[in-house]
Amino acid sequence: MSLQLMTVLVVGATFILYIYIAIRSKAKDTSDFYVASKGVHPVLNGMATGADWMSAASFISMAGLIAFLGYDGSVYLMGWTGGYCLLAMLLAPYLRKFGKFTVSEFIGERYYSNFARMVAVACLITASVTYVIGQMKGIGVVFSRALGISFEVGIIIGMIIVFIYAVFGGMKGVTNTQIAQYCVLIFAYTVPAIFIALQLTGMPIPQLGLGSTLSDGSGIHLLDKLDTILTELGFAQYTAQKMSTINVLFLTMSLMIGTAGLPHVIMRFFTVPSVKDARASAGWALVFIAILYTTAPAVGAMARMNLMQTIQHGPVGSIDGNIEYAKVPAWFKSWEKTGLLKFEDKNGDGRIQYYDEKGLKTAESFGWKGNEMIKVDRDIMVLANPEIAGLPNWVIALVTAGGIAAALSTAAGLLLAIATAISHDVLKGWLMPDITDQQELKYSRIAIGGAIIVAGYLGLNPPGFAAQVVALAFGLAAASIFPAIMMGIFSKRINDKGAIAGMLAGLGTTLVYIFIYKGWFFFKSTAMLPDNADNWLFGLNPQSFGTIGALINFAVAYAVSLMTDPPPQRIQDLIEDIRVPIASK
Amino acid sequence: MVDKSREEYWRRNIKLVVLCMIIWFVVSFGFGIILVKPLNAIHLGGYKLGFWFAQQGSMYTFVALIFFYSNKMGKLDKEFGVEEE
Repeated sequence: MSLQLMTVLVVGATFILYIYIAIRSKAKDTSDFYVASKGVHPVLNGMATGADWMSAASFISMAGLIAFLGYDGSVYLMGWTGGYCLLAMLLAPYLRKFGKFTVSEFIGERYYSNFARMVAVACLITASVTYVIGQMKGIGVVFSRALGISFEVGIIIGMIIVFIYAVFGGMKGVTNTQIAQYCVLIFAYTVPAIFIALQLTGMPIPQLGLGSTLSDGSGIHLLDKLDTILTELGFAQYTAQKMSTINVLFLTMSLMIGTAGLPHVIMRFFTVPSVKDARASAGWALVFIAILYTTAPAVGAMARMNLMQTIQHGPVGSIDGNIEYAKVPAWFKSWEKTGLLKFEDKNGDGRIQYYDEKGLKTAESFGWKGNEMIKVDRDIMVLANPEIAGLPNWVIALVTAGGIAAALSTAAGLLLAIATAISHDVLKGWLMPDITDQQELKYSRIAIGGAIIVAGYLGLNPPGFAAQVVALAFGLAAASIFPAIMMGIFSKRINDKGAIAGMLAGLGTTLVYIFIYKGWFFFKSTAMLPDNADNWLFGLNPQSFGTIGALINFAVAYAVSLMTDPPPQRIQDLIEDIRVPIASK
Repeated sequence: MVDKSREEYWRRNIKLVVLCMIIWFVVSFGFGIILVKPLNAIHLGGYKLGFWFAQQGSMYTFVALIFFYSNKMGKLDKEFGVEEE
């Protein structure tokens, strides 16, 4: 059976599964639609949270990123998992006890201010929309590469699928499909990793394989060998740190706080039956996430190793050390066609030289005239991995289905967060407080339908800044949402004025810092300083600034609150109330 | 629940959270980033130890930490008679 047909069958089968689940879980009221009637088992909620959280970026891009960053890629691993500790201990149980539907609703009630609620809604929608564009693009990319259909058709198919189950099922439908999507994506991710770990190290568990010796009988450890291969070709050592320590620290912290502040993730903890379940569910979510996140570094390192050894299969400098272009494996040619892999025979010897021109001083003495792999797209690593390892077609088809599952599940969660903010916070909470539950349900369905169309449109016509706005999503979540919620629970002194001033200050400074280097509203020509380490304040990358934004938020909120009156008694009581699971027995 | 025991419950909760946050910080920011170079002198199988903490160990610790917290809080709830049905 051809790969294309196999892929259509596997992807089609998963779609039928998602739609079948959706039909079985139609939402009857707003409680079903927003929080699945708070009836989701904590383990299943953990699984759904995992799928919700792990996006096209986690599935497709992260291992590739690590493959080329080496140790520095750890910021993403620690940053995107460490946030769950903050969620589990600082936010989730208390928000569950609060027992309402949205993050902004908590901020609005705790700070007895509709303005605070709308600031939260604005952050939430901006963060979620920027995020969802990436998912839509991810769906389009996977579809077009795997099935040879156009990018646009891919996005439209994705939109229709999400539309069906998110509009009918709301949180209930989304949760149930996310559970199925988790199973698809984790299977698709780990199967190739196991095969590749077996091939390279004889160890079936990738996490252990990464620390094992190579199975070629040399007795050398995989990571040591990788370090050697890379340094011989002038690249930096895989296991060495390249970024400045201060950036590694701040970026990791920003990603952690950002993760804990992202509304579509927090929202998931409203769906479990109890406070106890909210605590445990964060743990289960992290278990399911960690299965992929601890496999990713193995996938990254092994893919890099395979890539390097395919091209440089003999000693550096000897003529037959480099592969002849005429003899490259089939995957090389097929990825060249997509333009994601580019080779140019600079010295005309018919062989490929892949090295770091700055690092390898002796290159000229070998007759090398520059690095000939002029483009190696990082996203290839996961998608091409099964082909590089020579795995059967069904595994390759499965990886496609996994990538689509990851993108769809995250998109659905984000769209639901956007729709909930519009129907519950803006309409019910502010503009139309008198609508009935059934009317609100209707508006949420319209809102999610609208959100899908907007997201699809932006996916088809991505604004030029799409790639950079991820920093913005995390920056917003870290600098505004996370501190506001945390202080709302842990301090009885923070009042409406303090919280609003804090959110605006955190938000403002983070936005300004990002805009100075990336251009105002991401118009490149308006950037005021070049975006490089020499110009960064204290050498801080704009992506890492969320931590500072959060600190400013905390400081301003405290200062302003101390200068103004403490919150009224009913708010003090509300805080007392959310701090314990039940009043008493 | 009377105010006094409510305060005590909250104090014990904070103490537990602070303990967990210290461990959280030490394994990731401490072992994985700040001390990565000295720790890399030690090997854990084929892993350099600092590198292992950054790409594996910190994540395993995070998972364990959440379950530890959740378990301890469950016990605290029972002790203070505020556990859910």
